[in-house]
Amino acid sequence: MSTDTHKRTFVVWVEDQPGVLNRVASLFRRRAYNIESLNVGQTHEKGVSRMTVVCRADSDTAKRIEANLYKLVNVLEVDDITHKQSLVRDLALIKVRATRDNRDEIVRLCEVFRARVVDVGPENLVIEITGAPGKIKGLVTVLEGYGIEEMVQSGAIAMTRGVEPAVDRRNENRPTLVA
Amino acid sequence: MTASAQEPTPPITRETMPDRRGDVLTGSQIIWEVLVREGVDVCFGYPGGAIMPAYDAMVQYPIRHVLTRHEQGASHMADGYARVSGKVGVAIATSGPGATNLVTGIATAMLDSSPIVCITGQVPAHLLGSDAFQETDITGVTLPITKHNYLITRAADIAPCLREAFYIARSGRPGPVLVDITKNALQESCTFEWSDEEPTLPGYRPKFTPLPAHMEEAIALIHKAKRPIILAGQGIIKSGASEILKTFVDTSDVPVACTLLGLGGLPASHPRNLGMMGMHGEAWVNTAIQEADLIIAAGMRFDDRVTGNLKTYAAGARKIHIELDPSEINKNVKVDVPIIGDVGEVLEDLTPHLEKVERPDWIARIDELKGDSAVRDIKHLPDLGKLYAAHVIHDLWRLTEGKALVVTDVGQHQMWEAQYYHHDEPGTLVTSGGLGTMGFALPAAIGARFAHPEDNIWVIVGDGGFQMTAAELSTCVQENLKVNIAIINNGYLGMVRQWQEFFYGGRYVATPIVSPDFVKLADAHGLKGMRVTTRAEVAEAVKAAEAHDGTVVIDFRVEQEDAVYPMVPAGADLHDMIKRPKPHRVDGSPAAHNPIYETGEDR
Repeated sequence: MSTDTHKRTFVVWVEDQPGVLNRVASLFRRRAYNIESLNVGQTHEKGVSRMTVVCRADSDTAKRIEANLYKLVNVLEVDDITHKQSLVRDLALIKVRATRDNRDEIVRLCEVFRARVVDVGPENLVIEITGAPGKIKGLVTVLEGYGIEEMVQSGAIAMTRGVEPAVDRRNENRPTLVA
Repeated sequence: MTASAQEPTPPITRETMPDRRGDVLTGSQIIWEVLVREGVDVCFGYPGGAIMPAYDAMVQYPIRHVLTRHEQGASHMADGYARVSGKVGVAIATSGPGATNLVTGIATAMLDSSPIVCITGQVPAHLLGSDAFQETDITGVTLPITKHNYLITRAADIAPCLREAFYIARSGRPGPVLVDITKNALQESCTFEWSDEEPTLPGYRPKFTPLPAHMEEAIALIHKAKRPIILAGQGIIKSGASEILKTFVDTSDVPVACTLLGLGGLPASHPRNLGMMGMHGEAWVNTAIQEADLIIAAGMRFDDRVTGNLKTYAAGARKIHIELDPSEINKNVKVDVPIIGDVGEVLEDLTPHLEKVERPDWIARIDELKGDSAVRDIKHLPDLGKLYAAHVIHDLWRLTEGKALVVTDVGQHQMWEAQYYHHDEPGTLVTSGGLGTMGFALPAAIGARFAHPEDNIWVIVGDGGFQMTAAELSTCVQENLKVNIAIINNGYLGMVRQWQEFFYGGRYVATPIVSPDFVKLADAHGLKGMRVTTRAEVAEAVKAAEAHDGTVVIDFRVEQEDAVYPMVPAGADLHDMIKRPKPHRVDGSPAAHNPIYETGEDR
């Protein structure tokens, strides 16, 4: 891989059909493209699901990832948003040990990170945080001192800033495929 | 039995077939309705439990079914049919083992971009996922080796999905599509609806228009180049662009090297056709590629068997890549000008802008390279009493006047065929290039026979590969087919033996192979078998085979330890070739295993 290898984010619109996630995952696996995270969910458009795929690749590989995704019949549109102004968010739930003595302290820390306490138990709290992966990591680091019992984190979901409705961007020539 | 049941029913033709659009039909009937409307008149398959309803409905339709001896044969036959006809080939199998047996043929078609549709039966929908008898997740299995696949659980989905399958298989860069249909969908009924319009798929857009800037850049590069070379691949043949390529070459005067699958794309006899490139390509071709200052890759994909070491591959050349599949751009070789589009259309658009540039030094240099290399016309070689594969294939070329449709298997004989049988017409060589599938030849030739009923078809196959699918001889008998089979029998898995000789210290591990008596094998099938052990017998045997009505098997007992030269070892620099040893040692005594030497005088 050449020197411009770094983390890249693709937004992939796919037909909402059985097996499509498998097709996309299988493509990355068999072409040895390394997925860091893959998120899939519904959109406002009926029959259209949206994936956010984060993987490490150089710029040539990124073009081929895009081209290979387009070869999948169920893939409607691909957008490499790595270099576009965009919002990238993860969601995490963190169950942290908390006693009566330190509970307020933890809640105050969460406020700093704009995280929310979503469940309170006798000996622990569940904290919900959304944000860029770095911000979540920051919260995890400070919570580690209290004792994290369990945590779960989604992969990234991403969206470009400004108005770019997917339907309008569908383009017959796909000039991005040829550098 | 009633009298009417004994009367033979006239065969159903396309004309006498009732128009059942709007009728309520079973899923099984709908399969054949779609196939007939897609122009299918032959399919290759093997029945079994889950697909039986489809077979039961088949007799109502004007489609010939060829019963194979193994489902691998069915997928290769569909592939061979597709390669020769340019139409979509169809293979049919049952669920489970029937479907998995298709897999090798599907992967073969995938790597060589051959349009086939495979229809498999599946267990009833309510049993899916229960490990039912003969249940295999074949859409999962074939996901990475198909262009697309479908699992259908309702009769109503059969017509639209099959229609899409044919469209996807043949359009853009062609490839295999598998349609898996549960038994309940075959048995249930629904209204058959049909529209002749091409399906529109929101995510599938196979057409590309090249960017004008890239076209202009390409023309400028071609005019500026001092040492240009065209690399012509299978895309030329698939796109039907042979004449266009010829005009392009005649206009620009740029020499051409062909890939294995590109052979025939430009006539071998064309003065600017240098021959095959790659691992067993001609030495002058590989050297010319390494010395070129411009490569125009047309409908080829820089396979590792063509490039050798990528770091040193054509290092001094700018590269134009004309390719239908954008994912091939910069995959193996970094190119300067990518042109994405149909290679025929692109070459046709480029040609009017080309001017003939005289490059006498470059042409002289290539002639010089040829001069010290082997040439491939060995007509005048002395007959030393031994039979070489090269003799057989060269003589076959002369005796068939280069006009046979040759179907090869994989291995040494395949490379010798590429070197010694000169193809002047596109589509006259059918071979498994990308996947290198042994056992491909005989079934692919059977498929080809249905596409070209009149052609003189020769199967060239090794003793190893032939035994992988030799059971299809019975298919030839049952279907009353004629193909001529030349077994290049050296008693070894020859290409592997050659690698063992060159790279594994001459340890012939698991490569000596015992074969049945192929003449008796032919005889056991009621076919004609012959054995040839000297060059003097070759011509007579070839003529006798061609004169015979049915399939003929000729067992050519060739020199056992001959090797294919030149050879670029896997991963080595393209110019770093192992060449055929000289015919004589330094002291003048003859060298062992080396009676085929070629000189420039023979041509």
